Amino acid sequence: MLTYILRRVLQAIPVFFGTTFLIYFMVFAMPGDPIAGLFGDKTPNPAVADALRAQFNLDQPFIMQYLLYMKDFFTGNLGVTFSGQQVSDVLARAFPVTLKLVLMAVVLEFILSVVIGLISGLRKGKFFDNISLVVALVLSSVPVFVAMFVAQYFVGIKWGLAPVTVGADTTWGAMFLPAAVIALTVYVTGMRLMRGSVIESRQADYVRTAYAKGLTHKRIVPVHIARNSLIPVITNTAASFGALIAGTTVTEGIFNIPGIGQVLYQAITQSEVPTVVTFVTILTVIYVIVNILVDLLYAVLDPRIRYV
Amino acid sequence: MSDSPVTAVDLNQDTDVLVHDSHNVDPNKPLVEIRDLAIGFTTQGGVVEALKGVSFDIFPGETVAIVGESGSGKSTTAHGIINLLPENGKITGGSVKFEGKDLAHAKKSELYKVRGRDIGFVPQDPMSNLNPVWSVGFQVREAVKANGLATNKKDVNARAIEVLKEAGLADAERRMAQYPHQFSGGMRQRVLIGIGLAANPKLLIADEPTSALDVTVQRVILDHLEALTRERNTALLLITHDLGLAAERATKLIVMYQGKIVEAGPSLKILQDPQHPYTKRLIASAPSLASQRISGTHVDHVGGEEAGIDVADLAAKHERAKANQAATPVVEVKDLTKIYSIRKGNFKSEPLRAVDNISFKIPKGSTLALVGESGSGKTTAAKMVLGLEKPTSGDIFLDGTNLAGASRSELFKVRRKMQPVFQDPYGSLDPQRSIGAIIGEPLKVHKVGDNASRDARIKELLDQVSLPTAVAKRYPNELSGGQRQRVAIARALALKPEIVVLDEAVSALDVLVQAQILQLLADLQSDLDLTYLFITHDLAVVRVVADEIAVMEQGKIVESGTADEIFSNAQTEYTQKLLEAIPGAGIEWGDV
Amino acid sequence: MSNRSSEHYVAPIEDANVEVDALKLKERKSNLWLDAWRDLRRRPLFYAAVAMVLLVTVMALWPTLFTDVPPNSDCSLSNSNGGAVAGHPMGFTRQGCDIYARVVWGARTSLAVGVLVVAITAVIGIPMGAIAGFFGGKIDSFLSRIGDIFFSIPYFLAAVVVMSVLSDLRSVWTIALAIGGFAWASLARILRAEILQVKNSDYIMASEAVGRGRMSTLMRHALPNSLTPVIVTLTIALGAAIVAEATLSFLGVGLGDTVMSWGNDISKAQTSIRTAPMSLVWPSLALTLTVLAFIVLGELIRDALDPKARARR
Repeated sequence: MLTYILRRVLQAIPVFFGTTFLIYFMVFAMPGDPIAGLFGDKTPNPAVADALRAQFNLDQPFIMQYLLYMKDFFTGNLGVTFSGQQVSDVLARAFPVTLKLVLMAVVLEFILSVVIGLISGLRKGKFFDNISLVVALVLSSVPVFVAMFVAQYFVGIKWGLAPVTVGADTTWGAMFLPAAVIALTVYVTGMRLMRGSVIESRQADYVRTAYAKGLTHKRIVPVHIARNSLIPVITNTAASFGALIAGTTVTEGIFNIPGIGQVLYQAITQSEVPTVVTFVTILTVIYVIVNILVDLLYAVLDPRIRYV
Repeated sequence: MSDSPVTAVDLNQDTDVLVHDSHNVDPNKPLVEIRDLAIGFTTQGGVVEALKGVSFDIFPGETVAIVGESGSGKSTTAHGIINLLPENGKITGGSVKFEGKDLAHAKKSELYKVRGRDIGFVPQDPMSNLNPVWSVGFQVREAVKANGLATNKKDVNARAIEVLKEAGLADAERRMAQYPHQFSGGMRQRVLIGIGLAANPKLLIADEPTSALDVTVQRVILDHLEALTRERNTALLLITHDLGLAAERATKLIVMYQGKIVEAGPSLKILQDPQHPYTKRLIASAPSLASQRISGTHVDHVGGEEAGIDVADLAAKHERAKANQAATPVVEVKDLTKIYSIRKGNFKSEPLRAVDNISFKIPKGSTLALVGESGSGKTTAAKMVLGLEKPTSGDIFLDGTNLAGASRSELFKVRRKMQPVFQDPYGSLDPQRSIGAIIGEPLKVHKVGDNASRDARIKELLDQVSLPTAVAKRYPNELSGGQRQRVAIARALALKPEIVVLDEAVSALDVLVQAQILQLLADLQSDLDLTYLFITHDLAVVRVVADEIAVMEQGKIVESGTADEIFSNAQTEYTQKLLEAIPGAGIEWGDV
Repeated sequence: MSNRSSEHYVAPIEDANVEVDALKLKERKSNLWLDAWRDLRRRPLFYAAVAMVLLVTVMALWPTLFTDVPPNSDCSLSNSNGGAVAGHPMGFTRQGCDIYARVVWGARTSLAVGVLVVAITAVIGIPMGAIAGFFGGKIDSFLSRIGDIFFSIPYFLAAVVVMSVLSDLRSVWTIALAIGGFAWASLARILRAEILQVKNSDYIMASEAVGRGRMSTLMRHALPNSLTPVIVTLTIALGAAIVAEATLSFLGVGLGDTVMSWGNDISKAQTSIRTAPMSLVWPSLALTLTVLAFIVLGELIRDALDPKARARR
């Protein structure tokens, strides 16, 4: 197990440098003047351009630029946004909000996946199974931003059940609606995994043996069917945790939630490319770390990996 | 096994009623009466009848064996008794009376009471029948609790340890916390037997309990199972495809074919004097029986016009092979070694000598059988001979060319002389290619002839393996296992090779089909003067096909010699153990 | 057979004609693709999904078959947020353009992005996954680490960066490259896993024993038998790419304002969500139905090509 952890962490090192390098490369090795590129549609202000040149060490050879950038990144010197705030300050303020939102979404996703997947799997081919599939497919085809608008329009505007936007009020209650919408648009994968897994374990030899032992259906469903099916669902949910942190841009933009996604959203819509790059890098690093944790979680859940 | 079940139960007074109950039954009243049992499976093509009215009794304490090929309905019968059919299966008629209660029409709650407590079950495949995410101890305790053998935690644990000890796991206390994947196949089967017998049931159903295990392990486990059931007067219903095994273990034999019982009665009587044509045929084809006949004196009357193996022909061939001994060998393997490095947990690796310094020769036109249990290295050796694995050291001479150091183009040329047939008839044919394309592939790769001549050759090959030429346009999934194996043989013969490497080529087939394919191989050998390297774990089959035998154990050849020498006078303990383990070897078989 | 010493029972002989391994060929041929096709043909949902895909394709290729209203030039502010009238069945946007015409013309962009992304994903992902899985060893380690890197940058974020930097080069091509250039990694992973399984089949060994080269065995036997998850993934990826384009356009880093796309239209409509929800609903509906068609198609193909999934149904 310890070797497994060590091996997994070692594997992540090239990935970590690879991803950050790739992002950096995309920005600074593109054709044309990178500074012009960083300004997007705007005309560069000479003073700001010079500051940027210094920040990204553009007078150095390319590989040095990257290394210096990584040094800054690790020492927490993440630069400033266009409005002059320290990125590290913004991060400290925004990250907990995003974490809260995503945590809520992931918990909801997990519950939906397990409950609906289990019932569908146990009633394969019956009415509930068919309906849940249709609903899931439709929900997964709706682009997140459309889903957000629909929720905003009906729940927020028409029925007045929830605030239309979240704003500064980042309580669990205020963020429930966007979290629920996220969960509804992503639970399909987990639900289908659970369903397939349940159907497979239902037919597994060890389940038949469990019946032959004299166990009742009531005991077999949770202990021998659901427990075995949970492993892929838990890891899938955990993996979506990383993806959702990286993907809250649209949600936080629309619901005006002051998390990392919103910072990125504003940077994108206002063409503040350096801020975009910084936050994409941060989100990618978080994503990489979460993926490692997911693999470790898998090892904890599956005794076949835990005890080699 | 000094622990008697009664002392075991004395620990928990509340359960002794149950145990004594099973000892005080009327021995002349059937424990189970099955009458006209019919079971159907719903498939896409409608309902398929798997059991078409099966009737038999099991008396207290007796051992009954059901023998049949795959699809005969033997396992369905076993599952039907405790009403544990797959989702698409249903009892469509008849009754299963257990102590007077009809289980076929019982309520779920009644079935829960009977299962485990009154009727134990030992499943076929030890690898898939324990839940991989729970510890072994958990799964045994669960059975103990469910059957009311103990209620408080301490007693449950004590009884669970006892169950495992009785099943032959010496260090049960330590083993309780381990997971199934940390157990060997034989160990797992012991756990499953322990679970099956945990509640001291009146009937134990064992569905092919040892088919997934090596022969030597098989024997030990069956002996143990027999001892346990005899000691407790437990009735045993043994499901098996192996006639020899059934006859050896059971007093009563039931032969099933296509969902019906074709013959039933005392085991020895059926073996020595079978009445039904199917049973006759089955007995004629069982390799363990055929082996008796070859070494015996019954060669003159080979029974039945469609008997499985033409023994006279085989015997003649053996003679010819012996005469050929002096001829130069086609294949010669010298000091062949393969070392794998096995990755260990702590970033280190450990060398594993999969094949350890083996040497053998195969004279032209004869068959060498490489015999061994799983992990003996026989398949690795075959792969090296085929050029599919690079040897670590040693030489493989094929008609004088050394394969070990051969260049790619030399190897390519040599492949024309040597072709394989693999074990799994379902895996060895590309499912997306037509049969014609599969058989013609070697011709195409070696650029033999044009399209028209290749088509003609494909037809010729299909003819040689007795398949109609119409099959060429069909796909593998339309054929049975035996037919696929014929296709694999046709492919192997396409380039007119001198040597065919048969890697467990008949192991996955039912007895009758196996006999057919062995006959085909024998015919082809004499017609085409082929040399066979026959890899197998099944000594009974070896007796029928081999001129010479090499026995492998842990990568080494421990004994080799002619078939007669090995079978009549094995020198090493290991070979003797293997020979003794052949089910039914010690039984007098009848002439058919 | 009711007393303890059982008698010898023999079934009536005429009952059993012992026939060993008789060849029973059905009338029609059967293989993976034929069986899958027969399965699909029986499912009404398949026709619905195909019809939707065909409709969008025809719309993308020949928009004038559906509308003769020019989607851009004919806008008049006097029609701003107007409801449906004759000849304009879906009403008007805030700018006074005909919604129906814009929905029809928007199909081209969405479909073009989807098809291009799938092409790029396949061209990079299939060789990467197939070679890594089949050859193993160092090649696998090397290719898989590269794949890991691309896989570890969520393709949406990567596309945001690329599109932000390439602000003056935004076109269907750049957006497809930005999405496909990262989306291939997950296809490569899926294919690699599948090839690893197929590789152990005896027919792969048989092919090599015949003397077929490694590469040729991969192309001829391993790859064709690993295509099921590839087809399914690509079908679903087409839908996902359409969503990604719309989302990028919605954020303002997709296609320029002048390009007609459902994403752009939805983005513009959000400001009038209260006053004229229809200008948001119609392009959203078109987008959702198109994506749904591809996802349903992918699920159906998965079911049809995987006998195990067929049994699961």
